[in-house]
Amino acid sequence: MMDQHYNFAFLDERTKKRIRRALLKAVAVPGYQVPFGSREMPFAYGWGTGGVQITASIIGLSDVLKVIDQGADDTTNAVNIRRFFARTTGVATTGKTRDATLIQTRHRIPEVALTEAQILVYQVPMPEPMSRLEPSRRETIKMHALSEYGLMHVRLYEDIAQLGAISRAYDYPVMVNERYLMSPSPIPKFDNPKMHMNPALQLFGAGREKRLYAIPPYTAVRSLDFEDHPFEVQRWDHACALCGASESYLDEMIVDDAGSRLFVCSDSDYCEERRDAGHVGTQQAVTLHDALAVPADAITPAEQEAA
Amino acid sequence: MKPNVLLSARQAGKSFVHQGQPRWACRGVSFDLYPGEVLAVVGESGSGKSTLLRLLAARLACDEGSVHYDVRTESDSQPGGLMDLAELSEARLRWLARTDWGFVEQHARDGLRMNVSGGANVGERLMALGARHYGQLRSEAVSWMQRVELDTGRIDDLPATYSGGMQQRLQIARNLVTHPRLVFMDEPTTGLDVSVQARLLDLLRELVDELQLAAVVVTHDLAVARLLAQRMLVMKDGCVVEQGLTDRVLDDPQHPYTQLLVSSVLTP
Amino acid sequence: MYVAVKGGAAAIESSWRLLEAQRRGDTRLAALSVAQIREQLSLAVDRVMSEGSLYDPELAALAIKQASGDLMEAIFLLRAYRTTLPRLGYSEPLDTARIALVRRISAAFKEVPGGQLLGPTYDYTQRLLDFALLAEGDGAATSPLVPTEEAGAVPETPSATVPRINDLLAREGLLETPQPVDAAPPGDLTRDPLMFPADRALRLQALARGDEGWLLAMGYSTQRGYANSHPFAGEIRRGFVSVELVPDELGFAIDIGDLEVTECQMINQFGGSREVPPQFTQGYGLAFGGAERKTMAMALVDRALRADELGEPRVAPAQDEEFVLSHADNVEASGFVQHLKLPHYVDFQAELELVRKLRVAHAAAIKEAA
Repeated sequence: MMDQHYNFAFLDERTKKRIRRALLKAVAVPGYQVPFGSREMPFAYGWGTGGVQITASIIGLSDVLKVIDQGADDTTNAVNIRRFFARTTGVATTGKTRDATLIQTRHRIPEVALTEAQILVYQVPMPEPMSRLEPSRRETIKMHALSEYGLMHVRLYEDIAQLGAISRAYDYPVMVNERYLMSPSPIPKFDNPKMHMNPALQLFGAGREKRLYAIPPYTAVRSLDFEDHPFEVQRWDHACALCGASESYLDEMIVDDAGSRLFVCSDSDYCEERRDAGHVGTQQAVTLHDALAVPADAITPAEQEAA
Repeated sequence: MKPNVLLSARQAGKSFVHQGQPRWACRGVSFDLYPGEVLAVVGESGSGKSTLLRLLAARLACDEGSVHYDVRTESDSQPGGLMDLAELSEARLRWLARTDWGFVEQHARDGLRMNVSGGANVGERLMALGARHYGQLRSEAVSWMQRVELDTGRIDDLPATYSGGMQQRLQIARNLVTHPRLVFMDEPTTGLDVSVQARLLDLLRELVDELQLAAVVVTHDLAVARLLAQRMLVMKDGCVVEQGLTDRVLDDPQHPYTQLLVSSVLTP
Repeated sequence: MYVAVKGGAAAIESSWRLLEAQRRGDTRLAALSVAQIREQLSLAVDRVMSEGSLYDPELAALAIKQASGDLMEAIFLLRAYRTTLPRLGYSEPLDTARIALVRRISAAFKEVPGGQLLGPTYDYTQRLLDFALLAEGDGAATSPLVPTEEAGAVPETPSATVPRINDLLAREGLLETPQPVDAAPPGDLTRDPLMFPADRALRLQALARGDEGWLLAMGYSTQRGYANSHPFAGEIRRGFVSVELVPDELGFAIDIGDLEVTECQMINQFGGSREVPPQFTQGYGLAFGGAERKTMAMALVDRALRADELGEPRVAPAQDEEFVLSHADNVEASGFVQHLKLPHYVDFQAELELVRKLRVAHAAAIKEAA
């Protein structure tokens, strides 16, 4: 039931209009950070105000909203945000990715492929992909305008020279439409490939930094790499203990004092759907070997599935 | 066939406001530079030579006159030719600075990225142009480091661990990877030990010869001018007091100030 | 066996109940009233209004009560509330020369027209804890530290004109009178994001709602030599001024109420050039209620941030507008610092995997070399 003390979705209509105008600009220039007059929301900056403002500006009565954090619907912040929208819009909410029209997310892209009928709204803490290399926004604005991304290039080269591999595991920088360098938000690099040519509209909101950006449907998104050091995603030696999935991103949980680990799908809806369909995992914790040991000893996901 | 002028200064001048009065840091400078030619700009501190260099490299805008450069274009349908730098967009100028020009700073730390390795410094311009093969970038870096006589074993070391002379060599390599036609040098050997200076000058002379570089070299040291440049300008208080072939100017100075400079050189 | 725990919602509700109990404290004691907070913690209320960017002492007091005295939390509450309020328009610039004075001092002059008025201030108290205040009821009347005299008269509505010292200096040509660069109306920080370079109007808006502690530290740094501007306190005045609005329908200004402000004018080292003879330069601070520390710090930082405008070299952090202003808003700062409490295990998992992979490669390389 919608709270009558506030406008639909909390923000006044004028503010929503201004945000939508900024979104249109963002969609017109994929990957470009559009400044917008971010409002103070009933959530702290850094806790999703950008994503909330975007969702609030585009949500309508016929939408079905899903909110996830770390891939799960029931993490406290996702619960808080979902309640906020339930209260200020009365719109239907769901935990099922397939049933949602609007998905707000922090740090993950759902495992289930999205469709043209869906919009994915990302919560972004630091929208500037080069912020760790150059904190001054004045400088980075110039770099984007002039396509001068040397600062990022040398950093990637340096990682390989010093560490043997690129040292970004999440918030891995991408080139959008072969023009703008973009931060995909702190999703693990595992999720980066999902952004490429996605049928859904992807919107990114940074409330505290007061910028938003977008990837229109079917846009080229390329993770930065070298030809001889190509981009690769994370892999596990174990499958999900609950549903046996070997292709999804897994959370690693320490379950006892001996350091036994349980690997479970990060995407709670995906895992539940698989379990409902009859898939079952090993249901067991794993004792991890010393991290220096060669992982050839571990069971491959294929062997595990067969077992 | 006579080659086209590469760089042309036409009454170029720059003024600053100092204590409410305009002061001309340099004024009325004119010359034409051809491909493969080296021009030395000589003067004492306060002569305006560094300001002139920045004007020529479009780091400052002219308040009087103009600077023109023979801009290459991507396609043949668009002829290049001498273009007024003031009419080029900032994007174009910065692209020029990364590709067809080099700028060797007096202090290497102003011209290098001190927080990434030698190899990264050399490879940066290539990556900006789209080079995406790490192995090839690395071998280019090795090859250039050899050319500037740097120990290639130091390729992964940070420039802060290099000596002053080595940092200058690294700076030179970083600028030359894109085969620029014109290199600006601001006191490239000043501040280095004398023996290091000598070796660096030899290197510069070889590179200029081998790569057919045109260069504008600012220096207060007449020996540098003698060694590197075919022609030179002598500046005093912002004006060019004498210009011509280096050998002629140094062996037969006409202007009293030039005569003073030449006679002031310490001889054993 | 591990079961995916879906307790998020229940945990949140539980935390609300615990929070309410914490806020209320010992139920044997009387609950604080919002009116008590407004009256007796007025300086806290003033700070919350300034940084919350909303002049409403009662709402500010409510926010302080709700936030259990955590002023930054209260400021956040007020800002969030502000978002929901309809905007009627922009007032006329406050005329702080027409003021019902509560306090007015100048360190630059011994005597000033209108006089120096000490007013209520902690400046000349001895900082000794007054244990008489521990007693319940009206302890103030019997406190040995306060000589018995009539209480300060409630200021009348502003009708008197007390000329600003700055205006007097400016009339003599001794003080610069910076003008906006163009005729366009000032930007609105609450509507558009702050971009750099920012003009002085936007910088002052950002400073006005900026965290007092941050500005205090930045201002202090200038005094200690990080871009010292040799400031003198030209004038600090505190009192009630009228707020006037020109409604479209009427076409003339109407008085919609009074608010209490503190204003500080710092007089700084003189600049000047050959065209313009030497003059003193300004730093300005303005805040709601009694907020001297804030306005003085604000004036020092305002002056430091004018470095480019006044042709001074930038040598210190307080002169870096991007650095000072990007970190001045404590609602933003608090949110982002505290957001680290949110789950980050997905990203941490990614880091774990990377570190493990690199360690394996490292070990393999060592083995190979051996």
